[in-house]
Amino acid sequence: MPLMDIFDVAGSAMAAQNLRLNTTASNLANAESVSSNRDETYRARHPVFAARLAEATFSAEPQAAATEQAAAGVMVAGIVESDAPLQLKYEPHHPMADEAGYVAYPNVNVVEEMANMMSASRSFQMNVQMLSTVKSMAERLLTMGQ
Amino acid sequence: MPKIGFDAALGVHPAALALRARRTEVLANNMANADTPNFKARDIDFKAVLAAQTGAADQAGTLRATHQRHIQPAAPIPDGELLYRNPTLPSLDGNTVETHVEQAAFADNTVQYMASLRFLNGKFKGMMTAIKGE
Repeated sequence: MPLMDIFDVAGSAMAAQNLRLNTTASNLANAESVSSNRDETYRARHPVFAARLAEATFSAEPQAAATEQAAAGVMVAGIVESDAPLQLKYEPHHPMADEAGYVAYPNVNVVEEMANMMSASRSFQMNVQMLSTVKSMAERLLTMGQ
Repeated sequence: MPKIGFDAALGVHPAALALRARRTEVLANNMANADTPNFKARDIDFKAVLAAQTGAADQAGTLRATHQRHIQPAAPIPDGELLYRNPTLPSLDGNTVETHVEQAAFADNTVQYMASLRFLNGKFKGMMTAIKGE
């Protein structure tokens, strides 16, 4: 039944957006985390989304494949660390400073993270709204003929 | 003598309701993938499917023949398959989902779904009246 599949679709999207919010929170929390070793300095993390199409590929009947493709949903393919350069600040008296007096701060762009956060929360809201609309549609369907 | 049965009584509405439900799913999937790179938004052309179902456009699934030896395909070309949406403003990451367009289409589809449901409800009510004879 197509309407019930939408709960999966919206649920997968909400899970993905939730994970995106989690990475944003982690990035913002660690925006000032310095370490003595540059390789160990925190780097901004971002999720990579991908459409779920695995089931559709293995279906023999084309019509069934198209139907399943409609109810794919979204998944998180992985989490990548940003390869942007670390922010070097000249703080010679900082305990974590190197020989030249520079401290490596994480490559977290706070403005970008805030925009990311707003986008993720809007997408989450949209999916919640969609879910409630579909729920009312299913409820109306169940009371048909009464 | 006219045919009596559920198919004759309910008309096009059960099929329309099923297609609306399927379109809801397609649009929901578009919105779920609003942030997925390289995802292409899809949709169903309701009008074309309805025309094919009701037989209004018999030529929809056939090829135009200009010679008597031209061959028609064995099975008509299936309608109602998923099409790709043309974005008005393509984004850099290859995603063609525009959330405002999708939300508008979703709202429109929900209203149409409710309308189909109401038509069906009316048909059932009518049949109940016919059975009871009150």
